[in-house]
Amino acid sequence: MAKIPVQFRLNGSDRAAFVGPSDNLLTLLRRGLNDFGPKYGCGQGTCGTCTVLVDGDLQLSCLTLAATCEGKHVETVSGMAEGPVLHPLQQAFMDHFAAQCGFCTPGMLTAAKALLAANPNPTRAEVIDGISGNICRCTGYDAIIEAILAAARGGQAKRTY
Amino acid sequence: MPIEFRTASTFSDAAGLIAGDRTARLLSGGTLIMRDINEGRLTDGLILRLVDPAYRQINLSGRVELGAGVTMAAILKRRELAYLHAPAQAIGGPAVRNMASIGGNLFAESPYGDFTVALLALDAQVMVMQGFGAPRAVPLEEFLAGRARGGQGLVTAVQFAPPQNAADFRFRKVSRVRPKGLAVLSVAAHLPMSGGRVSGARVAFGAMAPVPMRAKAVERVLEGKALDAAAITAARAAAAEGIRPVTDAIASEWYRREVLPVHLARLLSGQD
Repeated sequence: MAKIPVQFRLNGSDRAAFVGPSDNLLTLLRRGLNDFGPKYGCGQGTCGTCTVLVDGDLQLSCLTLAATCEGKHVETVSGMAEGPVLHPLQQAFMDHFAAQCGFCTPGMLTAAKALLAANPNPTRAEVIDGISGNICRCTGYDAIIEAILAAARGGQAKRTY
Repeated sequence: MPIEFRTASTFSDAAGLIAGDRTARLLSGGTLIMRDINEGRLTDGLILRLVDPAYRQINLSGRVELGAGVTMAAILKRRELAYLHAPAQAIGGPAVRNMASIGGNLFAESPYGDFTVALLALDAQVMVMQGFGAPRAVPLEEFLAGRARGGQGLVTAVQFAPPQNAADFRFRKVSRVRPKGLAVLSVAAHLPMSGGRVSGARVAFGAMAPVPMRAKAVERVLEGKALDAAAITAARAAAAEGIRPVTDAIASEWYRREVLPVHLARLLSGQD
């Protein structure tokens, strides 16, 4: 079957690609567009490490058919830092040792970004719900939760989201 | 034949394509179909996307009508649907709730499909379009019984009468991991009260059979009774009638049978 042309925005830049009819967005990002930020974990919507924003909504890129992304704006963890300047959430993750092996981090950061965009001052319980679709097998989650709460408290964080 | 992808812009276009192609599957949120693709279980056939705006519409005047493409997140945004917030919140994490639709949930294999359990306790009807005709209303229980056969047509929406009193509707999902995990079981109950007695009880279980099921024995023992200790004891005793739970990675059949009456009693007595 013929390839399908897709044009969309990726982290603010216009991109175009040809995708197969059953390709998922994660495959397009990683293999087609060399955005290795989002990771392939489970392929079934359990682990959350492929999490991206599509038109501002948190979505799992491994469960998103690439062909449906025509005209959408996709944001990945790769677009969070501005050049050498880390996003406040990334800085907070570093400050709080919120990454160990780092495999969950792209999804955690993206989920945290979506959470703070909708709710700039979350409670601890809201942070836990916000990252409930993301599995971390190293940290025990506490460091991640603390990092997100710290980023939310930071004045700069509020301005950026 | 490999996978083919097409977009339909209206219900009748989609229903026509589905009627004419036995391999056709409707891609709604993608959380079920994309998983099957990623795991190599789905390698052939037509994947159809429907972009009719009515597919994602919520209509709250009179009977509630939820377009089959309405997401869990969309339900959580509507205060008028507060009684459905617990089951919507029980589906996955935030990303899954942005994607997963109520129509897709009707097709989710056990132990998934917790939202459908809630719809079953609301006596919902599934609007099904077969070919080019108008959608016809199929009782959800009948729809679920025929689900494995497939070929029922296009699910356009789900309809139900909202509970007169939101407090009469209760839902509980039991999982081992919080806040998000697969169901050991789920229970939904709609218990309208009339003069202090249950009138028109509807109770449904998830993960107790291959598809969500009505707990008719429990409904019978609650009907016409006050929701007191005696009624709850009777409901506990009736809970296991007709259940066929499975053993999976989440829980054994034995465990599911053992804990069902406990959780049913907690739901009925309003315990957390």
